[in-house]
Amino acid sequence: MTVFVIRRLMQAIFVVFLMSVIVFFGVNVVGDPVYMLVSPDADQADIEAAIRRLGLDRPIWEQYFLFLKGALQGNLGDSFVFGEPALKLILHHMPATLELAFSALFLSIVLGIPLGLFSGLYPDNPVSKGIMAGSILGFSLPTFWVGLMLILLFAVELGWLPSTGRGDTASIFGIETSLATWDGIRHIFLPALNLSLLKISLAIRLTRAGVREAMGQDYVKYARAKGLSTSRIIFVHVMKNIMIPVVTVMGLEFGSLIGFSVVTETIFAWPGMGKLLIDAILQLDRPVVVAYLMIMVLFFVLINLVVDILYSILDPRVRLQDQGA
Amino acid sequence: MTAVLEVSGLKTHFFTHAGVVKAVDGVDFAVSKGEVMGLVGESGSGKSITGFSILGLIDQPGRIVEGAIRFNGDNIANAPEDQLKSIRGNRISMIFQDPMMTLNPVLRIDTQMMEAILAHESLPKREAWERCRNALGLVGIPSPEERLRAYPHQLSGGMRQRVSIAIAFLNKPDLIIADEPTTALDVTIQAQIIFEAQKLTRQTGTAMIWITHDLAVVAGLADRISVMYAGRIVEQGQTDDVIDRPLHPYTVGLLGSVPTANNRGERLFQIEGMTPNMLALPSGCAFAPRCAFASDACKAPPPVEQVANRELRCYHPQAQAVVQ
Repeated sequence: MTVFVIRRLMQAIFVVFLMSVIVFFGVNVVGDPVYMLVSPDADQADIEAAIRRLGLDRPIWEQYFLFLKGALQGNLGDSFVFGEPALKLILHHMPATLELAFSALFLSIVLGIPLGLFSGLYPDNPVSKGIMAGSILGFSLPTFWVGLMLILLFAVELGWLPSTGRGDTASIFGIETSLATWDGIRHIFLPALNLSLLKISLAIRLTRAGVREAMGQDYVKYARAKGLSTSRIIFVHVMKNIMIPVVTVMGLEFGSLIGFSVVTETIFAWPGMGKLLIDAILQLDRPVVVAYLMIMVLFFVLINLVVDILYSILDPRVRLQDQGA
Repeated sequence: MTAVLEVSGLKTHFFTHAGVVKAVDGVDFAVSKGEVMGLVGESGSGKSITGFSILGLIDQPGRIVEGAIRFNGDNIANAPEDQLKSIRGNRISMIFQDPMMTLNPVLRIDTQMMEAILAHESLPKREAWERCRNALGLVGIPSPEERLRAYPHQLSGGMRQRVSIAIAFLNKPDLIIADEPTTALDVTIQAQIIFEAQKLTRQTGTAMIWITHDLAVVAGLADRISVMYAGRIVEQGQTDDVIDRPLHPYTVGLLGSVPTANNRGERLFQIEGMTPNMLALPSGCAFAPRCAFASDACKAPPPVEQVANRELRCYHPQAQAVVQ
């Protein structure tokens, strides 16, 4: 296990380094931030001063080297627009995005798995057919459109839930979160539902496919032949087997939840990293874009690592192979 | 001897889109306490379905349409699920064919053994655990404590089948249905498993139905043999009688196709034709199209007759002993 984790960490470092090259050079070929920052009537001397101040007069490889040197010391550069460290800006917006992503993950698990279980156990039931039809909608309707419809229905027509912002926040364990207040929960519900719709559908389909497959396996028939209760067969024998793919996929999808939150945050004016990124892109605020992407890369790498470890806890066959590695 | 299990006129049919598959079509037999009955037949003859019918484990689109399954006097054919659950794994247990597939890959051996006890009795986990350890010891598994902590994939095929046998004997059942338990194992392990099973039935007085396609396996193990073909038992009698003096042409064919030391170098006998299509069985004797002795009489289904100490479904019993 230790060898496995160390090897995965080495791979992770390599991936992060490679991504830093791609992201840094990629962002630097797009547009010219100087003209976004100086006033339209600035003269040549002002522009050149701005270029020097931002360090854009140096060759690009030197800029990258300076970025890398800073990054290793935890400094991802200063925002062109705000003049603050990009990392600090992102960390400031991160809790809002994380609580949104976690809420969406929570919703997709508590709604998706039971619904998938039901439709897997009773595939011919009309309710199951309804669930499956619903999951197709969840897959195919675009997130931004569903978000607008949710606002239209629940915020505008019915007036049940607010449509913008985080609402009141309070701190739990020193983290400011909307989940600590009733007003905050009312605010997070719609965006979280919007963000989770795709994942709910995914969880339903994965669980259903897993249940359908597992119920036909010999070990289920054998468990029945042992005289076990139906609930034990479903919740111990079947669930433990289908949790392997469900945990793997849902874990990996957590990264994409954070990524997709860009759309949802924009629609619901949720003050998270996604909204920060969109603003930074529009203002060509390169350090913020680069810092955001680097942090996302780190996230994905970490999530993959956690999923691998979880997977090996769930599936004893994987554990054994690791010992040989 | 009293019959532990008495199956009479059992019919289990599958209602598929293509038509009705009469997988088991009028099967009668009885098993007494401590007796081992060999249920022999080729793939698709309905022998496994007979076993599953006894435990009430027939899934849609199949069901028991007719007949009685009397277990210790009670008819359990189509009995309520609760009653069947209290019998399964407790009074009647089952050993499956493929030990690679029947043990749940993600649960430890101790979990899978203890749940078989705890589903039927409430007793402290410690006691259940000790019973599991002793059961593993009985089937010849070395260092059972260690094996109990293992996952199925950490055991060999033979070891897993021993675990299945240990689970089958855990609750001291009256009857064990073994569905081709040695088919997936190599010959040496097969002999060991048969030896263990035989030893345990003798010790505990448990009756056993040993389902197999291999006559050689049951020849040394079973007290009685029932030969099944296309959903019906065509010949049933004491093992020695059936093996030494088979009467049904199908049994004769099966025995003739077993390789022995005497027919070394010769071409093995082969039963003509193919296994019948279960959707379109002939109205008379199902074996008639493949039978060298078939006559016009075979167009009507042969009744069960008592011939030379056994029950037989054939108009043309073969009298001669098979040359071994």
